[in-house]
Amino acid sequence: MTVHGELWTIKELFVLPNEYIYWSIQIVMYPFMTGLVAGAFVLSSLYHVFGIKQLQNMARFSLVFSFALLPVAMMPLMLHLQQPQRGIEVLMTPHFTSAIAAFGIVFSTYGAIVASELWFVYRKHFVDTALSLRKKTDGSLLDKIKHLFFSALTLGAHDVSEAALHRDEKAVKILAGIGIPVACFLHGYAGFIFGSVKANALWMTPLMPVIFIMSAVVSGIALCMLTYIVVMEIKKLRAGPQEVGSLHLAAREVIKGLELNEIRITARYLLFFLIFAISLELLDLIFRGYTAVKTWDILRSVIYGKDFADIFILQYGVGNLLPFILFLLPRLTVRRAAVGVILVLFGVFMMRWNVVIGGQSFSLTFAGYMQYHLPIIPHNWETFKEGLGGALLVAATPFILFGIFSKVLPVFNRNPEEYPE
Amino acid sequence: MISRRDFLKNAATGLVGLTLPLAAVEIVSPLKLFAAKSEKAPVRWAFLLNTYKCVGCGFCVKACKTENEIPYDANVTRTWVERYVRRKDGRVFADTPKGARDGFISGMIDLGEGKYQEINNEDIDKAFFVPKLCNQCENPPCVQVCPVGATYQTKEGVVLVDRSWCIGCGYCIMACPYGVRFFHPVYHVAEKCNFCYHRINQGLKPACVDACPFGARMIANIKDANDPVTKIIMTERVSVLKSEYGTKPQAYYIGMDEEVR
Repeated sequence: MTVHGELWTIKELFVLPNEYIYWSIQIVMYPFMTGLVAGAFVLSSLYHVFGIKQLQNMARFSLVFSFALLPVAMMPLMLHLQQPQRGIEVLMTPHFTSAIAAFGIVFSTYGAIVASELWFVYRKHFVDTALSLRKKTDGSLLDKIKHLFFSALTLGAHDVSEAALHRDEKAVKILAGIGIPVACFLHGYAGFIFGSVKANALWMTPLMPVIFIMSAVVSGIALCMLTYIVVMEIKKLRAGPQEVGSLHLAAREVIKGLELNEIRITARYLLFFLIFAISLELLDLIFRGYTAVKTWDILRSVIYGKDFADIFILQYGVGNLLPFILFLLPRLTVRRAAVGVILVLFGVFMMRWNVVIGGQSFSLTFAGYMQYHLPIIPHNWETFKEGLGGALLVAATPFILFGIFSKVLPVFNRNPEEYPE
Repeated sequence: MISRRDFLKNAATGLVGLTLPLAAVEIVSPLKLFAAKSEKAPVRWAFLLNTYKCVGCGFCVKACKTENEIPYDANVTRTWVERYVRRKDGRVFADTPKGARDGFISGMIDLGEGKYQEINNEDIDKAFFVPKLCNQCENPPCVQVCPVGATYQTKEGVVLVDRSWCIGCGYCIMACPYGVRFFHPVYHVAEKCNFCYHRINQGLKPACVDACPFGARMIANIKDANDPVTKIIMTERVSVLKSEYGTKPQAYYIGMDEEVR
């Protein structure tokens, strides 16, 4: 009879009988996904709150993306639970001494903020669409359904006068302002879940929530940049060959110029947060080495020995240093930025991996090790959901949701005056 | 047509009528009565483990698995025995093959991954066995971190798991510094030693205590000054595991060594 965790854990030296890698790939995905949510939101708030005008296009885009990512933050948890049908208990009967119990409150507060901010941003669009659909007298059934849908989305607020739009703008600003601390809390508390486990020598540090927030912002910005580049490239292709005349060529050039400009500015913010994240992580590492308490012996053997490649080559080298150089080199191109952000995303993923899996790679005896073997080919439900398949499923879902959401919430406006920002 | 005066009168009567039975239920609630009468429970269970007496036979592990329906072949266990061997060159070896369910039948140390370490008897400085089980901490981190309150501490200090409420997140397993928790292979919820709560409440001893042929395992009610085991804990030199975590563990050890983690 196999026990949960036994399938992917290999024990070495003195490990207690009940010790396994209980928190596997889905718990790596969980902070990674919530990090993307929080990061995407912070990026959009840079424009709304601090009025960084250059980020206008990116702001709306990242807000919708953050909304698409939101349901996905819960997915890895559900896939991880042994009794997923009872997952709702966390929301219904929270036990407030537990860090996880805050999930329901923080998550729903944050969801409400993002949803209402989106509503204010897109209210004019909803009203305009609903009104234009109403005018259509020869509309099909689909048009009627669409009309109903958009009318419902307006929530009966049809006033699109200058004054009303100005109020919308104000509301967006306030919501984005409240949203920043809530987004940070959403992710900071994910860090707290780990940082407060006193039994785990690697996790337990008050820096953990801050490190998580910083790397969250980094990953959120990186993902928004990447998706932005992909969407823009598709637009460029569409604006391309099938149309004729110099006008369309110009359209392509315009998109290209816009894209590059937006990417260059966002890259600066990415670098800024990346420096913060790396500094904090290094501080943590140096501090542990310098104070060298009882647990340092085993931690050192994990950090500089067993996990050396994962930490120093993949995370810091490929995931941090390399993109850092790529972004700092002069004349940043879109292609170089794309490579850079993919590496950054990989680096943040490896950081989550090294925290979650790395924290379980040594025994409570401090005299033994556990190795995690990610199940690649699933042979039952458990090895699927806590294997490569489950992780890819979680990673793919936000893009599918984003595709659906962007049908209702157009993320790239052609006419800048169209929206109340 | 009802007058205002009558309406108010009837409403007041109705209200009193409604609240009275509720209040009556409140008053006779036996649990609250008990809690009010005995602010301090008369029982606080603790364990005493004498490592000098343990020979590593594993009878306790077998008895526990049978008593508490932990599948015999599953590689998890509520209690286990560890073996420590310190060589003359200062190296310490330790293992607990299958939690010592079958005892320590080989002199070789299990290094995991199918590797074993041969140790010559003349190279050994000291060697001993340490039984482990849940410490039923006074300040249990597992109870603190449970997001739904499915694990809780009884008034006698024993930490239990509600199998019908546990969501199986594993946070309690992560939070326990002693590694006593695991997922039950059949019920798929958190599982742990509870000092055989069903037995001790009936006046019986835990299965492992009964099974130990050498009296290495003892249970005490440390609130009872006349309990013979309590007397040992109070008057002799005992220690606890990993006190640095502030969990206030209630499994006391005689003959503990610094090598024991």
